[in-house]
Amino acid sequence: MLHIYCPHCCELREEEEFHAKGQAHIARPLDPDNCTDAEWGNYVFYRKNPRGLHHEIWYHSTGCRKFFNVTRDTQTYAIKEVYKIGEQPQVVAEG
Amino acid sequence: MQRYSGFGLLKHSLSYHENWQRVWRNPQPKKKYDVIIIGGGGHGLATAYYLAKEHGITNVAVLEKGHLGGGNISRNTTIVRSNYLWDESAALYEHSMKLWEGLSQELNYNQMFSQRGVYHTCHTLGDMRTNERLVNANRLKGIPNEMLDAEQLQKEIPALDCSKSARYPVMGASVQRRGGNARHDAVAWGYARAADSLGVDLIQNCEVIDMEINDGKITGVKTKKHGVIKADRVGCVTAGNSGVLAKMAGFELPLESHPLQALVSEPIKPFLDTVVMSNHVHGYMSQSDKGDLVIGAGIDGWVGYGQRGSYSIIEHTIQAIVELFPCTSRVRMNRQWGGIVDTCPDASPVISETPIKNLFFNCGWGTGGFKGTPGSGNVFAHTLAHGKAHPLAEPFSYYRFHTGALIDEHGAAGVAH
Amino acid sequence: MSQKNRLQSGGRIDRSKALTFTYNGRQYKGYQGDTIASALLANGVDIVARSFKYSRPRGIVAAGAEEPNAVLQVGATEATQVPNVRATQQELYDGLVCGATNGWPSVESDMMGLMGKVGGNMMPPGFYYKTFMYPQSMWKTYEKFIRMAAGLGRAPKEVDQDEYDAVNQHCDLMVVGAGPAGLMAALTAARSGARVIIADEQSEFGGHLLSSRERIGGKSAADWVADIVEELASYPDVLMLPRSTVNGYHDHNFLTINENRSDYKGDKAPADQVRQRMHRVRAHWVVLATGAHERPLVYGYNDVPGCMIASAVSTYINRYGVVPGNKLVLMTTNDSAYQTALDWADAGREVVAVVDTRAKAEGDLVEAVRKRGIKVITGSAVIEVSGKKRVSGVTVAAIDAKGDKVVGGAQHMSCDTVASSGGWSPVVHLSCHTGSRPVWREDIFGFVPGPTVQKQLIAGGINGTYALEKVLAEGVEAGREAATRLGLTAADVQLPNVRSLSEGKAMELYHIPHTKPTSRAPKQFVDYQNDVTAAAIELATREGFEAIEHVKRYTAMGFGTDQGKLGNINGMAITAKSVGQTIPETGTTVFRPNYTPIAFGAIAGRNCKELFEPKRFSAMHKWHEENGALYEDVGQWKRPWYFPKAGETMQQSLDRECKAVRESVGILDASTLGKIDIQGKDAREFLARVYTNAWAKLGVGKCRYGLMCKEDGMVFDDGVTSCLGENHFLMTTTTGGAAGVLEWLELYHQTEWPELEVYFTSVTDHWATMTISGPNSRKLLAELTDIDLSNDTFKFMDWREGSVAGVPARVFRISFTGELSFEVNVQANYGLHVWEKLFEHGAKYNLTPYGTETMHILRAEKGFIIAGQDTDGSVTPHDLGMSWCVADSKPFSYIGKRGMMRSDCVRKDRKQMVGLKTKDPKVVLPEGAQAVADPKQPIPMDLLGHVSSSYWSANLNRSIALGFVKGGLERMGETVYYPLADGRVIEAEICSPIFLDPKGERQNV
Repeated sequence: MLHIYCPHCCELREEEEFHAKGQAHIARPLDPDNCTDAEWGNYVFYRKNPRGLHHEIWYHSTGCRKFFNVTRDTQTYAIKEVYKIGEQPQVVAEG
Repeated sequence: MQRYSGFGLLKHSLSYHENWQRVWRNPQPKKKYDVIIIGGGGHGLATAYYLAKEHGITNVAVLEKGHLGGGNISRNTTIVRSNYLWDESAALYEHSMKLWEGLSQELNYNQMFSQRGVYHTCHTLGDMRTNERLVNANRLKGIPNEMLDAEQLQKEIPALDCSKSARYPVMGASVQRRGGNARHDAVAWGYARAADSLGVDLIQNCEVIDMEINDGKITGVKTKKHGVIKADRVGCVTAGNSGVLAKMAGFELPLESHPLQALVSEPIKPFLDTVVMSNHVHGYMSQSDKGDLVIGAGIDGWVGYGQRGSYSIIEHTIQAIVELFPCTSRVRMNRQWGGIVDTCPDASPVISETPIKNLFFNCGWGTGGFKGTPGSGNVFAHTLAHGKAHPLAEPFSYYRFHTGALIDEHGAAGVAH
Repeated sequence: MSQKNRLQSGGRIDRSKALTFTYNGRQYKGYQGDTIASALLANGVDIVARSFKYSRPRGIVAAGAEEPNAVLQVGATEATQVPNVRATQQELYDGLVCGATNGWPSVESDMMGLMGKVGGNMMPPGFYYKTFMYPQSMWKTYEKFIRMAAGLGRAPKEVDQDEYDAVNQHCDLMVVGAGPAGLMAALTAARSGARVIIADEQSEFGGHLLSSRERIGGKSAADWVADIVEELASYPDVLMLPRSTVNGYHDHNFLTINENRSDYKGDKAPADQVRQRMHRVRAHWVVLATGAHERPLVYGYNDVPGCMIASAVSTYINRYGVVPGNKLVLMTTNDSAYQTALDWADAGREVVAVVDTRAKAEGDLVEAVRKRGIKVITGSAVIEVSGKKRVSGVTVAAIDAKGDKVVGGAQHMSCDTVASSGGWSPVVHLSCHTGSRPVWREDIFGFVPGPTVQKQLIAGGINGTYALEKVLAEGVEAGREAATRLGLTAADVQLPNVRSLSEGKAMELYHIPHTKPTSRAPKQFVDYQNDVTAAAIELATREGFEAIEHVKRYTAMGFGTDQGKLGNINGMAITAKSVGQTIPETGTTVFRPNYTPIAFGAIAGRNCKELFEPKRFSAMHKWHEENGALYEDVGQWKRPWYFPKAGETMQQSLDRECKAVRESVGILDASTLGKIDIQGKDAREFLARVYTNAWAKLGVGKCRYGLMCKEDGMVFDDGVTSCLGENHFLMTTTTGGAAGVLEWLELYHQTEWPELEVYFTSVTDHWATMTISGPNSRKLLAELTDIDLSNDTFKFMDWREGSVAGVPARVFRISFTGELSFEVNVQANYGLHVWEKLFEHGAKYNLTPYGTETMHILRAEKGFIIAGQDTDGSVTPHDLGMSWCVADSKPFSYIGKRGMMRSDCVRKDRKQMVGLKTKDPKVVLPEGAQAVADPKQPIPMDLLGHVSSSYWSANLNRSIALGFVKGGLERMGETVYYPLADGRVIEAEICSPIFLDPKGERQNV
């Protein structure tokens, strides 16, 4: 069970307080109306799903209700860093 | 292929079982195959078998990075049913069900396929509506399915708490009596043995590390141990690793890999003779022939390749089971484990061509993979043999997430197990 | 029966406290401090089980968690039955009732044993895959018989009356195991100032020291342990948990400990106490000091009762004062087991011989045994046991130096007990739970924990360290390292003096050869519980099941309730040899939680029945209770479903409620609808982006209905949002969707449009909401409010602030019934007061409370959708015929807009929502019925869509329904057919979904 540091509450809290919200850093297209079906589908549905480092969004749903980013190894489940929305990760996968 | 039978057992017992043949060879890979199937799990082995059996394509290799049948085929809760909501899914799973029904004999390997009935309990008016809709859709599609009220249900499953004192009292259930369980390992081994006997090369400990793609067309795969192996067509059936393989081919898939946990009790005397699933309280259970209560837990919400999930999911699942079956409180949980399920946004699989020519993917079965094994292998073999989707596979295209023609099995079927 | 195997003195039992217990219907005596196993052995009970496949008689093999055979049914009453209790771990209490789980008519003389003898040869591994296939129809019958043999113990038939609970714990250091290493680690960390939890599965701390005759620091081992425990108890920040099994080690140093609070003193927990408690622990650091399990050797008929592991024999003698036999033959590959020969001899019974597989035996313990005059036979092994229900003798033969084959003539020795030791296997289970693979150590012939990302340290036996002085030192070292890593100053702990023994090199041997090949030799058991033999493993590999996982699955090795604690390493070794690999090449199977089985009740804790999920009630719930409401579960809410009067059928109640609303006035408790307060200067812009319709011009005091979609263009929620101020809105959501909608809004605000200034607050529970609906609603409300309710000043889709029944209120003139309606919102704690006032004044208008069912009927008469009932994640607003609620001219491409434009979403033949009128107005379509164009077509039929909502409308005196039909919006007036399960086919006409007052005049009066 994951133990997650909320960068807004500045505390480690139990996973049960959070919801995982999937891959981070997917920007909503600025002009959806002019996206092709494929471009729109890629934005909504297609994911990196890496085996290894994953940048993902978490929601502190029963805590401060803030969203934030986590870099986590999807194989060992080790959390490498947490950072706020709008910030960039320091730990990134090679290649 | 050495034929199995009770008589054979007797004969071999007289020679101390020293003369049983190998179930499959351990061949060295050839330089080139007509078809390479990446992934020697249930779906991959079934695909290989049907390619050889139904399409006469025997110059086939199955490349498995570990041992045969070592993926989700060996980690699931062995439930077989075809009572899916949408026409497309019901047709695919029913195709599978029909294959299950003669599989032991076809493979000459006892699948221990036991049609003991799969019950979906209803706890709210919404559950009742959803199940009525499902039952009617299935019935008119030729998939017998029926509704029971709480009283009838109690008669059929004495251990289930159908009283009003439950937090979410049981109001009724739908039951697919042809649903049930099969012996998971026997499925993988049965297909492997049959495929091998038709000439398919099953290559274990052969990890694919890259794909040879030229001008948008795949010509072979690069393996860790045996270098490049050429192929006219490549089928990728690597549940739990589909994303990793797609990355090699240079595209993304409409899916994520999540831990899905399961657990068993210690073996106990016969307690439950059917499969009971509750989408509302989130638990399902059957009892194996050995006596273990086999219980499915929920899916973890995050991407994970570790074959383990969070303890809170186990807690919730056990709570649901004790809520449904109060007499299990003193039964003891023996073991838990996890698999990696590739889940699509609409909880339906992808059986499809891909942006790379001659490369096909069969993935995203989520929690439905085991029951789909024969059907999946069968339609994917057709897809590989013809270079285009089997009619039953057509709706399960990789591109449906572009057009919007999703087959959304969560909306009505809840947690699709 | 006398305790014939009980020693006069010694051991940790209390001979002054005699206990009576019942085993298989017969009474026996034991003492306080016994386990069931030690008491049974004391009484000379040999057979405790019949094996699963062959029904062979089985006795007690071990003394702890690794015991595979002594698995009993415990419980004196039906409700307190516990299946599969390991006799070696269950403490004895007075009045305990237990029995074997298999065997008919008894475990002593089981008829199935005969079958096993006759049919056993027909049951090689995987035999069931090879037979029972023909004819196809017979499998059901075969399986019936197979299932009759299933299981060990049984579940109770009555509901457990005991309670279980859970405690969350946090500590600096979690020490697992309170043997010498664990105690030292805990002591060192405690002295360094760490907050420590130390847990051990046994009834008292000390681990194997409890059965040791070693002296530590000049004291007996037991006294040394007592001193350490006393010091640990003096630290306020040290929590000591005996009888507590750490059963799971999860990611991020989360561990679960199952504490046995009462099973040791009775099968039912005392009043006001829980039976078991789960400790859910987050530890900064973990020290695993779980020790090691001794491996038995695999030899012919090694399962006959009387065959045990050497250390268990010592434990029974030293800890329980029980010698489990009279004449011992000890077989060993190492020095440590010689202690068992000494213990046996010191107990005054005969050691027939020590059979050492090594060509040369040397070392201090060996010398001590020789000095006692005990025969030591080297370079030899026990290749076969004789005896049926108890060992009567052994065949000993010389073997070659590698242990591959028998090289010398066999000799027979008579004995009643065979103790064997093949060395030790570190208890690595917990370290594997988090995905770390153990690594093989050639020097100790065992797996030790591999690399891990957990903050985990190991000490003692788990690390392959067995010499007591080194074990103690590793414990201190682990404690110091943990302290340092925690940022504390590590305390110095002086190591006590212990005897140092010189040891000869152990021999790597698992499987004892026989004169016959394995396939023909007497059965050599590897996994007792699942009847897996060495021959079975060799056969599996011959058949091509060469991966260790294949062997495990094909033979069922390690799948028992002991999870292969005794047998797995032997099985891997036999597999490795059989396929010509080393053990590390063959690899290990993966250990999973639980370490030992845990009651479901203990995992569920208190979260069943009432506490399975919280129930949510509105502020008016008391009134509903008093007025006979029946409830519908909606999310966690208990909502009144309808309010039956005495003697009414459900339909009669609904008819009455429906008519009351249309003819006079009804009232609905709508408090459960989600309510989100939205503020900020960009609130309006935000609404425009998340709703499909336009919001730019909604003035203060106005309300508007909105539809919400996901990015795929599919409807996921709806509700009315009101403009409270220029920058202030109140959004309502569906009852079940409230939390999801709030999360959705926050997601888009925080991750996509943080530049928008807007704030969301859930206010669902803050307000009590009551909908007064019907032609007399204005008159009724006017009696209680200072708000001007006239149609000219307070228009449809307006809201006003004022007082109702003397309390501040917001009143919304919105309608889900199509009638003149006012939705009164007051502070939740005033809710009941206002509700009761309305009834005081409403009597003259026949004010009628109605529930969710009537609400559903009334809205269906108007063709209003219920999100979640008429939508399922696959319908767009256009599919619902609600294109009027889609404003594509909005400047911002709102959520769902692009999704709705995808090629599949603009098909003309999509399933679209329409009204349905049955040809026979008295017939109500069942919800979920499926439409077809031609009911006579053969199955599989072409389905057009389902009925999503269907009711008897008392007001229209006919049935009405909403449903989906392919291309339905273009098919008004056409007929569709609904073939039902009972053979009826219902004919219905496609019509507008608005059945009543299509112009909406009734709500505008």
